[in-house]
Amino acid sequence: MCDQTFLVNVFGSCDKCFKQRPLRPVFKKSQQLNYCSQCAEIMASDGLHESETLAALRSEAESLKGKLEEERAKLHDVELRQVAERVEALGQFVMKTRRTLKGHGNKVLCMDWCRDKRRIVSSSQDGKVIVWDSFTTNKEHAVTMPCTWVMACAYAPSGCAIACGGLDNKCSVYPLTFDKNENMAAKKKSVAMHTNYLSACSFTNSDMQILTASGDGTCALWDVESGQLLQSFHGHGADVLCLDLAPSETGNTFVSGGCDKKAMVWDMRSGQCVQAFETHESDINSVRYYPSGDAFASGSDDATCRLYDLRADREVAIYSKESIIFGASSVDFSLSGRLLFAGYNDYTINVWDVLKGVRVSILFGHENRVSTLRVSPDGTAFCSGSWDHTLRVRSPAYFPAGDRRR
Amino acid sequence: MPALHIEDLPEKEKLKMEVEQLRKEVKLQRQQVSKCSEEIKNYIEERSGEDPLVKGIPEDKNPFKEKSSCIIS
Repeated sequence: MCDQTFLVNVFGSCDKCFKQRPLRPVFKKSQQLNYCSQCAEIMASDGLHESETLAALRSEAESLKGKLEEERAKLHDVELRQVAERVEALGQFVMKTRRTLKGHGNKVLCMDWCRDKRRIVSSSQDGKVIVWDSFTTNKEHAVTMPCTWVMACAYAPSGCAIACGGLDNKCSVYPLTFDKNENMAAKKKSVAMHTNYLSACSFTNSDMQILTASGDGTCALWDVESGQLLQSFHGHGADVLCLDLAPSETGNTFVSGGCDKKAMVWDMRSGQCVQAFETHESDINSVRYYPSGDAFASGSDDATCRLYDLRADREVAIYSKESIIFGASSVDFSLSGRLLFAGYNDYTINVWDVLKGVRVSILFGHENRVSTLRVSPDGTAFCSGSWDHTLRVRSPAYFPAGDRRR
Repeated sequence: MPALHIEDLPEKEKLKMEVEQLRKEVKLQRQQVSKCSEEIKNYIEERSGEDPLVKGIPEDKNPFKEKSSCIIS
């Protein structure tokens, strides 16, 4: 086969000026256009202007970033932990592992609670998605995905379906059926299609819409029934790793975190980024709204967790210790927002006092990285999933004689 | 399918998007950290008394208490 390309003098209408001239092929954004030689020359000199424009844009971006820092700094009159100085300190903390869910054949990557505060869905590197009754530890449903690394899973608000996806670049919804004769996989509905892996997914307030985050750098909102793309969210400069929806009372926003070290808050209706924060020094693996919706926490590969206040438009607390050097993979708040639970790649879970910025407890038990962590909907327990193939449900040990913490 | 793949965008388009976004963000209305922190503190204090993971749960009320065998009395 002949692999030569040669210039053919085509005569026709120029794609730029539309005049009838001899044309030459010109490549713009990997698309071939046909320009006359005059327009081709203009394009070549535009290239020179291009680099001037680039420099101008870069310097404008830098000066705007500087202005943004200035504006934020003007309002930084105090630290959160200073405001919390008089708040009673939390004492000793004892959490007991109440249930260990075993059954996955490989790393657990994601989990979510059902609104019934009892059922849990989890997904694994082995391609399996399992629905558990955490009270009895029974497996109620199991489905095998056509791909490995199912990085995201979520329970539908109704409790009647689950969503999951990963290396298949899709988010699929499976209705949960109790009919023993029905094959769960048969009713599978493909909803979201990305051009790279699915890293996170969440139903909105109903079973009708799903929000997804992907390695392709975008987030997207989909209609479950039709699979139609309702809105897409562009702005991250690299893979998006996590997302969380604002509590319903706060309105239609969500926050996402990515490999570009940015956490971005989005307006779901317009698709616009409302605020962005870039204080982490590495990938942001997890983001979670604070219960009131006025703030959110993040966990990152830089071994810190941080709290960002949306009305102050800045980071207001950082949860770190010199001894913690491994990345935080997953974070969640207790019901009141007083505690921040964070799972780390050094196999531990650290519990932070959100107000005072200190660690109140360190929890051991997992035999590999903690990859996912969620507090139950009524705040009575929390579940962690790990690369050690298991999930653990923990809740406080209670000391009935006097105050358990003194 | 999402309309853009971020890597396909030329540098200039990415920068234009970034500059437009920064212009919007600079104009945001912000509040003092002291005021916001006060509100966070109050929110938590109002609720932490009822926060099971903070105050503990009596064993008999804990949905995850150890399963025990039935005792017929």
